[in-house]
Amino acid sequence: MVKITIDGKQYEVENNLTIIQAAKQNGIHIPHFCWHPHLSVSGNCRVCLVEVEKMPKLVIACSTQVAEGMVVNTNSERVVQARNAVLEFILINHPLDCPICDEAGECKLQDYAYKYSVGQSRFDFEKVRKPKRVELGPNVMLDTERCIMCSRCIRFCDEVAKKPQLTFTQRGDHVELTTFPGEQLDNPYSMNVIELCPVGALTSRDFRFKARVWDMSSTDTVCVGCARGCNMKMWVRNNEVLRLTPRNNPAVNDYWMCDYGRLNTFKHVNAANRIKAPMVRKDGRLVEVGWDEAIAKVGFELKNFKKNEIAALGSAYSTNEDNYLLTKLMNHLGVKRIDFVPHIRKGEQDDLLIREDKTPNSVGAREVGVRPESAEFGFASILNEIKAGNIKALYVIDDDIAADPVIADALLKLDFLVVHASNENETIKFADVVLASSTYAEKYGTFTNFQGRVQRNKPAISTLEHDRILDGMALSRLDKFGAPNDRWTTGLKRDTRASWRILNSIAAVMGAKWKYNSCEDVFNEIASTISSFKGLSFLKIGTGGAMLNKNKETVTVKS
Amino acid sequence: MTNDKSQMTNYMENQKPIVHRKDLHWWEMFYIPQIIGGMKITLTQVFRPKFTRQYPEEKWNPPPSFRGRPVLVEQNGVERCVACGLCSRVCPSLAIDVQASETELSKERYPVKFEINMLRCIFCGFCEEVCPEEAIVMSKEFELTFTHQADGIFGKDKLLIPVEKLKDRLEFLRKMR
Repeated sequence: MVKITIDGKQYEVENNLTIIQAAKQNGIHIPHFCWHPHLSVSGNCRVCLVEVEKMPKLVIACSTQVAEGMVVNTNSERVVQARNAVLEFILINHPLDCPICDEAGECKLQDYAYKYSVGQSRFDFEKVRKPKRVELGPNVMLDTERCIMCSRCIRFCDEVAKKPQLTFTQRGDHVELTTFPGEQLDNPYSMNVIELCPVGALTSRDFRFKARVWDMSSTDTVCVGCARGCNMKMWVRNNEVLRLTPRNNPAVNDYWMCDYGRLNTFKHVNAANRIKAPMVRKDGRLVEVGWDEAIAKVGFELKNFKKNEIAALGSAYSTNEDNYLLTKLMNHLGVKRIDFVPHIRKGEQDDLLIREDKTPNSVGAREVGVRPESAEFGFASILNEIKAGNIKALYVIDDDIAADPVIADALLKLDFLVVHASNENETIKFADVVLASSTYAEKYGTFTNFQGRVQRNKPAISTLEHDRILDGMALSRLDKFGAPNDRWTTGLKRDTRASWRILNSIAAVMGAKWKYNSCEDVFNEIASTISSFKGLSFLKIGTGGAMLNKNKETVTVKS
Repeated sequence: MTNDKSQMTNYMENQKPIVHRKDLHWWEMFYIPQIIGGMKITLTQVFRPKFTRQYPEEKWNPPPSFRGRPVLVEQNGVERCVACGLCSRVCPSLAIDVQASETELSKERYPVKFEINMLRCIFCGFCEEVCPEEAIVMSKEFELTFTHQADGIFGKDKLLIPVEKLKDRLEFLRKMR
């Protein structure tokens, strides 16, 4: 530990830190473009210049190590002047593109130009022109003019994604970012360069021009693309998910997220094939009905079967709460056959984030009771028993099990199939009752990732269940101030319900004595009845998640 | 506080009756000279030039400083607008909705949807002031009537006006810059 002084205040910091790290630890912001906490130090942007006493020149805070007795000044007149000059140089060739730039509103250069620059340019020559709209890869668009040559993206590909695909060519003001000859920026983590880029040079091709950042609300939530459960932000405008961006959590995903999760885990929420209301099969066709009718129908039909004629399939896509209530309902009915269908793609895994288990909650589902007591009650046996005609009724939540043709064949044998589904899928073709369930973007809940970390999921999209303001959901400007008669501030609100709430209603018509008013009630019961969840609460999980109790051995998911 | 209170009582004591009617002379109570005076004024006005306008038969051409309904400037067959959304952001009555999309033109983006809710618009002109492209300007049009709420939402079909017709305003804006 060394003692240093920053801006007149003394701090004790570890001696292997640089000035910028020491300042960051103590809540002092030193402006920077090229420095990033998880990348190597490059020191090329020169905007983090600070004054260190007894050093003749200003030094860059990102690559100067702290030393005993060091006196750092981050805001002296010399520093302010130098910072000004650096920004002026950077802005010489940076186009005035803010109106058409997707980065505007979350652009470091824009922010710093407002905060630290003089606001005027003395440079009245033509700016250097470079190619715009360069497709760098399948997911990333490059605007070469806007690049300020910080090299963050290059370092990310080299150091984190371990796929050196980007480089600079030329010199001076002709420097251009390009891919290596014959290469594309197509690594599985390529889209992280979009957040890394401090300006709008690298932007998302998927999100391109969809919305201005200040028009969206962002909700802290968790990715459901695989068992990692990357922490992310869900950006919503007009009740429609428009993009996902990673959120820093050192215990799970650092600052990163894979392209698959970013692009493929939200489209179904907005999709046209969403199930808008519960449906019951009448004369061979699924007909939309009200919730009361659908729930009464399930209750009425299930009573006709003996308990060993019923089986239930939970879902690793669903939250702990949904699976817990399914278990509880089946216990109430005396049903022993309960399991879920794992979705594991062998070998599709890497050392950084991606896991071969493509569901977010298989550990959690097992923990809360969606597991057979023995192999004879497991999924394989359920399937055999259905084929043998011994199981006549099946209850499936939030999983398209019939996507597998082998399972689809078996479903034909059933007398009664209840399905919770958010989108039209293969399974509902066999269903007698379809209950319109909310997607993960529309409900509260918790997922347990492969490490055994319980993480909270919050609704970003409102259904008829929610009121954005009263339920404390994230609000955009239009959510706050728009009037109900404005057609562009209201968005589509669907009549779907979270699976745990549907199960709650079904339990009520089946004569169960329990009732839960909120997802938190369900979680609190899980925490009080299941030993591995003991001591956890929504508050304790917070935005960073909390580990399951360690005294139990970690559960591994069988494929 | 005590000081305030004493001042307040003082004030109330000193109050006179609010309406103080002047006591009229018996000559004034006849009213005839006053009527004659009034008629004289009326008669002289009859022979003076008219101030009023036979609206709506006779139209008014407002000066370029007039803020009528906001319109989009159309140049070479396309809108100047790049759908940056600043007008939508600055609009105090949330009257504007813009949806951007990509175009092959060098401006890269254009508004695939641009709607102004004229029932919400308060004609403040902030959209015109904030526009980086001089693409939305206040026109001279002020006659707006609807028979249905939905008619009040103007899309690009009603908003796009060729640049030639907006010369007055654009010139005025350049002068005032």
